[in-house]
Amino acid sequence: MSAVIDGGATPALVVPSVDVAPESQPVGWRHRHLLDVDGLTRADLELVMHTADAMREVLARPIAKVPALRGRNVTILFYEASTRTRVSFEVAAKNLSADVVNIAAASSSVTKGESLVDTVRTVEALGAQMLVMRHGVSGAPYLAAEVFGGAVLNGGDGWHAHPTQALLDLYTMRSRLGDGGSIGVEGRKVVILGDVLHSRVARSNIWSLTAAGADLWLCGPPTLLRGFDAWASRGAAAGRRFTVTSDVDAALRDAEVVMALRIQRERMASGLLPSLREYAARYGLTRERLGHARPDALVMHPGPMNEGVEIAPDVAIGAQSVITDQVTNGVAIRMALLYLLAGVHAAGSSDA
Amino acid sequence: MTADEIRRATIRLSHEIVEKQAGTDGLLLIGIQRRGVPLARRIAVSIAEHEGVEVPVGALDITFYRDDLSMVAQQPIVKGTELPVGIDGRTVILVDDVLYTGRTIRAAMDALVDFGRPQAIRLAVLVDRGHRELPIRADHVGKNVPTSREELVKVHLEETDGEDVVEIERVVDDVTVDPRAGEPVG
Repeated sequence: MSAVIDGGATPALVVPSVDVAPESQPVGWRHRHLLDVDGLTRADLELVMHTADAMREVLARPIAKVPALRGRNVTILFYEASTRTRVSFEVAAKNLSADVVNIAAASSSVTKGESLVDTVRTVEALGAQMLVMRHGVSGAPYLAAEVFGGAVLNGGDGWHAHPTQALLDLYTMRSRLGDGGSIGVEGRKVVILGDVLHSRVARSNIWSLTAAGADLWLCGPPTLLRGFDAWASRGAAAGRRFTVTSDVDAALRDAEVVMALRIQRERMASGLLPSLREYAARYGLTRERLGHARPDALVMHPGPMNEGVEIAPDVAIGAQSVITDQVTNGVAIRMALLYLLAGVHAAGSSDA
Repeated sequence: MTADEIRRATIRLSHEIVEKQAGTDGLLLIGIQRRGVPLARRIAVSIAEHEGVEVPVGALDITFYRDDLSMVAQQPIVKGTELPVGIDGRTVILVDDVLYTGRTIRAAMDALVDFGRPQAIRLAVLVDRGHRELPIRADHVGKNVPTSREELVKVHLEETDGEDVVEIERVVDDVTVDPRAGEPVG
């Protein structure tokens, strides 16, 4: 710390605004955007979860609306098809009394050839203060964050990241496994099963689950796990532990959480899978396969589901399934993130 | 205020509240996070001692209703709302540690009406330090403490701070300290 100050060449240190917070409080939020979960510390994760608890309480009220973001403009710009994520963000913003503008790229000037940067500048000129964005190209929200004056929330970019999904997944695990204080996944075996290769949900979940201390296993056909071995060994070097395997029985053995991923037919190049039928037979999450996991293991799926492919219909609606909890928790998590990011935006922080 | 003075003031508040209500029927004590909550519990314990009635106690977090959310450098950390019973038709006693600008109470009333329509809302505070910025007054006051705006009234309670004491500090040397940092909307 003092070395940095003595360095002289560095500009004056920005004093974090947490210094004015009252004593004995958790550390506040310091991120300007939510582009991925890779930059979030365990304390950040706990703050998001804690704030989401308060949002759950708001959602349980007769009038599920609070004025926290009154007068704020939240613009939702989606370049890819989505129901749950887009509607979830919209409901979350409206529950906080924000003004919501929805732009579906398919019916906007994007079809006339407008660039992403121009579109972002335009929505900002039209009053957008927070921008929720989904794009088919990995990294697109990072470009948007460079030109946008407010906060950017990544609603999914290409294969890269889906931070709000990872946070709502973690929150769902915490509400089932945690004790109210800690997140509750430390040392617990969590399995992500399926099309890991094309999954931004899996990539974001790797960061958040390993940061929270889970014993994470990735499982799927070898063609859909390409490159993750190298990531696992880099992760191990950084103290983040996860195991990559195509042995589905080994992966599921004594698991406490099993998350099935959608087979992304639209992104699937030829040759990665012999057939959906073969995939379902060898890797589909069936009642029988789930029997290897702990009897009370949680079954999760980020949706939308291909029932009968990556997950059997009876498992999807079975007693162990928390898939509808994930959807409800998604609203609470997005309310929490909109609330936390609104403050930093107001202060004009330069911290990304 | 010493621990004894805080204890006596709390007991007197509990008597005043019951006297004004002519009993305990329909009473609901709601503490404003953070130090209003233990105070509300103490008042309920005191009422139970002299009336033999358990009055329900709730906790109200007013963070989402603050009028300065667009001005603070960082979003305040939410502490949570918990109301044990519905508020419709009840006499709600809002309890807080310090009454200052009145903005917290304005926010608390806005929050409360989102939960229903109480018969009446009354206000009980341990310390009234003056300097109101809104037309709000307390129905029950533990102690009136004349202060200047440059002073900082610090209420410490056993449950939140490990000891019972009320102190007035003068903010002198550090001009960057917000005198209301501990109770941001007063």
